[in-house]
Amino acid sequence: MKVRILVSFKDSVLDPQGQAVKNTLHTLGYSSIKDVRQGKVFELELEGISKKEAEKIIPKISDKVLANPVIEKFSWQIIEKG
Amino acid sequence: MKFGVVIFPGSNCDYDTYYALKNVFKQKTTFLWHKEHDLKNVDCVILPGGFSYGDYLRSGSIAAFSPLMQEVKEFALRGGLVLGICNGFQILLELGLLPGAMLRNEKLKFLCQFIHIRVENNKTPFSHQAKKGQILKVPIAHFDGNYFASPETILEIKKNSQIVFRYSDAKGQLNEEANVNGSAESIAGLINKAGNVLGMMPHPERASEVLLGSEDGRIIFESIIAKLS
Repeated sequence: MKVRILVSFKDSVLDPQGQAVKNTLHTLGYSSIKDVRQGKVFELELEGISKKEAEKIIPKISDKVLANPVIEKFSWQIIEKG
Repeated sequence: MKFGVVIFPGSNCDYDTYYALKNVFKQKTTFLWHKEHDLKNVDCVILPGGFSYGDYLRSGSIAAFSPLMQEVKEFALRGGLVLGICNGFQILLELGLLPGAMLRNEKLKFLCQFIHIRVENNKTPFSHQAKKGQILKVPIAHFDGNYFASPETILEIKKNSQIVFRYSDAKGQLNEEANVNGSAESIAGLINKAGNVLGMMPHPERASEVLLGSEDGRIIFESIIAKLS
């Protein structure tokens, strides 16, 4: 089973890197880009566990390790069934 | 009295800190290896600056899960003195011993320069030899030093006088220019509520001899030594 986890800054946290990317896009003439938020993607390959168990583990490790809940939020999805 | 300096893969101020404690302050000092569970009966643990685990994932995050850090956490919860410098501060935040988190510097630049900090709280084991409002000239060298916490946490921190150092100009004025990395409340040094765990972005060990350009960092080590003596 393959799981994709997306970690990004909470809306209340400023993202200067995203701002810099936005400014570059504006410089290139893409004036329709209203905002850019930068994040991280993790792809986890799991084996030997059920979907139900994965649904328990993924939020736990995302909260404890992959994201820092003080500044970041996460979402995830199964991208390959196993 | 014995000091312990923790070494992680990627620490690069471990020997500077060891040198300052051993040679400048003439203290018994030992290195502590991140994979061990043994704190070797030290009285104060110092988490040195550097780039533990190459800053992978988030600065300090992987180091926070190392075997030794679980012992350091216990040690801190029992009241032991812990000082985190630069990457050490980031590790303490990731470990949850201090509130908040670090963001990339506001202007997205690695900052390596002398700056000034103002002593906001001199009633801590790490700052009691300083005067309140005293200005210290100390160096910084970091990419992720932009302190962030939720508005509720900031209120709590202020209420408990947990801000020990703030970035200021040479005259002690707080302003945007002096707050080089964009930290909330110009926070350069933060202590836990219990008052035994301090994290600071500036490097006092790099300001402990005239030859290094400043001796102002001495007051932090001298405070700890006086407290433990």
